[in-house]
Amino acid sequence: MAKVILTRWLARQFTAGQIEHQVPGLTIRALARELEYRYPGIIKHLEDGVAVAIDGEIYQNAFLEKVEPNSEVAFMPPIEGG
Amino acid sequence: MAEKTYKWVGTRQPRPDGADKVTGRARFGADFDMPGQLVGKVLRSPHAHANIRSIDTSKAEALPGVKAVMTSADMPDMPDEMAPAGEVMVNLRDVTRNVMAREKALYDGHAVAAVAATTEAIARQALALIEVDYEVLPHVIDVDQAVAEGAPILHENLRTKNVDGAEDTLTNVAARIQFTKGDMDSGWSQADVVIEHAFTTKPVHQGYIEPHAAVASTTEDGQVQLWCSTQGQFNVRGYCAKLLGMETSQIRVTPSEIGGGFGGKTVVYGEPLAIKLSQKAGKPVKIVMTREEVFRGSGPTAAGAMDVKLGATKDGRIVAADLNIRMQAGAFPGAPVGPACMCSFACYDIDNINVVGFDVVSNRPKVAAYRAPGSPVAAWGVESAINMLAEKLGMDQLELRIKNAAREGTKTHYGPTFKDIGMAATLDAAKNSPHYQTPLKPGQGRGVAVGFWFNIGMDSSAACHVGEDGTVTLISGSPDIGGSRASLALMAAEELGVDYQKIRPIVADTASIGFNFLTGGSRVTFATGMAVVQAVREAIDELRARAAKLWEVDVEAVIWEDGCAKPAGSNVGDFEPLSLAEIAVNAGKTGGPINGHAQLNAQGAGPGFGAQIYDVSVDQDTGHVTVDRCTVVQDVGTAIHPDYVEGQLQGGVVQGIGWALNEEYIYNDKGQLENTGFLDYRMPVASDLPMIEPIIVEVPNPNHPYGVRGVGEVPIVPPMAAIGNAIAGATGIRMTDLPMSPPKLSAAIDAARVSEAADD
Repeated sequence: MAKVILTRWLARQFTAGQIEHQVPGLTIRALARELEYRYPGIIKHLEDGVAVAIDGEIYQNAFLEKVEPNSEVAFMPPIEGG
Repeated sequence: MAEKTYKWVGTRQPRPDGADKVTGRARFGADFDMPGQLVGKVLRSPHAHANIRSIDTSKAEALPGVKAVMTSADMPDMPDEMAPAGEVMVNLRDVTRNVMAREKALYDGHAVAAVAATTEAIARQALALIEVDYEVLPHVIDVDQAVAEGAPILHENLRTKNVDGAEDTLTNVAARIQFTKGDMDSGWSQADVVIEHAFTTKPVHQGYIEPHAAVASTTEDGQVQLWCSTQGQFNVRGYCAKLLGMETSQIRVTPSEIGGGFGGKTVVYGEPLAIKLSQKAGKPVKIVMTREEVFRGSGPTAAGAMDVKLGATKDGRIVAADLNIRMQAGAFPGAPVGPACMCSFACYDIDNINVVGFDVVSNRPKVAAYRAPGSPVAAWGVESAINMLAEKLGMDQLELRIKNAAREGTKTHYGPTFKDIGMAATLDAAKNSPHYQTPLKPGQGRGVAVGFWFNIGMDSSAACHVGEDGTVTLISGSPDIGGSRASLALMAAEELGVDYQKIRPIVADTASIGFNFLTGGSRVTFATGMAVVQAVREAIDELRARAAKLWEVDVEAVIWEDGCAKPAGSNVGDFEPLSLAEIAVNAGKTGGPINGHAQLNAQGAGPGFGAQIYDVSVDQDTGHVTVDRCTVVQDVGTAIHPDYVEGQLQGGVVQGIGWALNEEYIYNDKGQLENTGFLDYRMPVASDLPMIEPIIVEVPNPNHPYGVRGVGEVPIVPPMAAIGNAIAGATGIRMTDLPMSPPKLSAAIDAARVSEAADD
């Protein structure tokens, strides 16, 4: 099970405030689908307009990236820069 | 990662674009001209906030020499929703209104109409003939005044995102964002010492020397060519296609050399207007902003007002940290409040953190990115408060930071847990630097501050074309704003094993290379560098295959080493090494041109940390601050080209010194900007600066073939607080509002004298 960390806003909107979740999933896409199954409507907020940190490394437009069973997956606002 | 030795990476070679730039031959945005081109000029609102009742362009259109006039009515309106444009998610309703006002002018300098004429004089005359009927409205400039009850409302449709029950409330607050970690009550209960203070910053302009410039040429079949100064030609293409209802393949954008961007050239202003005017006139149209227009009409970085609270144990362990930050977005939502909140305490390992941020609109130009957008604003408050905590604890300012530094395994307040990071190594390098080991002279103060930026990856494409003489053209789509052509060529030379001078890197237009996300976020040497390495490796595989054909052996029997194809072992056969040139000259006989291509979404950018040390002297009579010495320390992963890494570090520091000591927008009571030139908007010049001593720390990023992290963002994060801390050391006065300009510091010194006299 990967440990998924949602933003406070997503948690408030979809998961009754629960920020951390244990989710099976081999990829970000699979993980997002599982979260959608649990919390209908959340997937569009996980697939577009967000960055994902997998084990501390930031991925943008993450979709097919692998997630290991003990990975930490944190969803966060997208990052651009100057 | 074991330390590697390289032949080219890490060396200081001449930059490929250097000769053109120092001889004046390089062509910047305003240098490009087309036969028969018209001059485009933009009419701008003199009001900070006004309804536009009507615009009458008939007199301008009738003026001889005027070939086209446009208003927002010439562009389709856009839905109020986030949509991709060049891989950036933007609210196109806001973007089209920022490019040209519709119902309202929202800031002094807001574009309201544009003309194209045969001469600049006629174009200016035509602007004067356009009649705009304004209904002037109350305006608001300051961010905290914009959130106050009764403030003038900029957008009737704006509601605060992420706040329950905000659906029916008119507001200037576009969004609220919050990050938390741990238990704040527990944190405060552990604290022996608490610091709580408010800090403010002013918006500052990136101050690029080259103004925005664009030349558009359209054809009868709808094709558009656009030449412009930009950090991202593909993003310009995406924006213009959306705003004008075109397909991206109809627009070919060529980036000029760029005279500075720093984030300010990641958006569009005159580009879609030049295209529309060209379409209407049937001729090329060139729009070049004046310096005044750059200040009034283009985006500075956001300002912020914040409250910082820190709690620590007696031995200097920070146990609770709280930040409430309101950031000014300008006329449309989009302040970099997310990055500000995330970066705020990223340098520290603190168990209990609460950060709340607000994205606030006011009657100023819509903000644009500026190096590490958001992070310097938060650092001004946080890093000042860290020093106040050190003073209260009686600890050395650097030791307090070392004691609380983020390390591998530190869980950030915005979610991720850090892996391989260089924060501790950076602080150690600062502590051991000659600068920090040198005692202060009488009257001087020393300040330290640290900074963080994520660094980013994103999409890049690259191509490697081997010429018939064995030289190589290296093609990317990343505008070179900081020496990236040199760094990309160095990595290509390292891979190929050939002389750096044999590699010619170019920046291609949108029709000549696959998509590249813009140059920004310290991404190019990391992300486009990865694409370059992949493209070159593909070319090397082809070179091995061609050598195998010439030798009539399997490709697996050929290795690439020192710029040559060689037999993998003695059993392959007795073959002399084949050089790149020898293989290239036979390319036609062995299968045709030899090229390599790569396209990728670069993942795994490595976080960047920096620390800076300043010694300052303060003229007690005038409040003038002299920066006597400055050392900038940063973990860059690997310095591919140390000269340009150091240049990025020094450049960020210079801009930070200006932000700290002088730069601000000055508005009159009508909300009109009064300092629209470099004489009145005072940026540092060489005579204002000491030698800035760079110390490069290299903790390689394991996700990049050469360990690159990124450079350009972090150096602008610490200067403001570090200088404020140095001023506090020199004077005993804690400044809390930027800039710490002579009038303000002088007033603070005078107030302190009065206070001391009263105490006596």
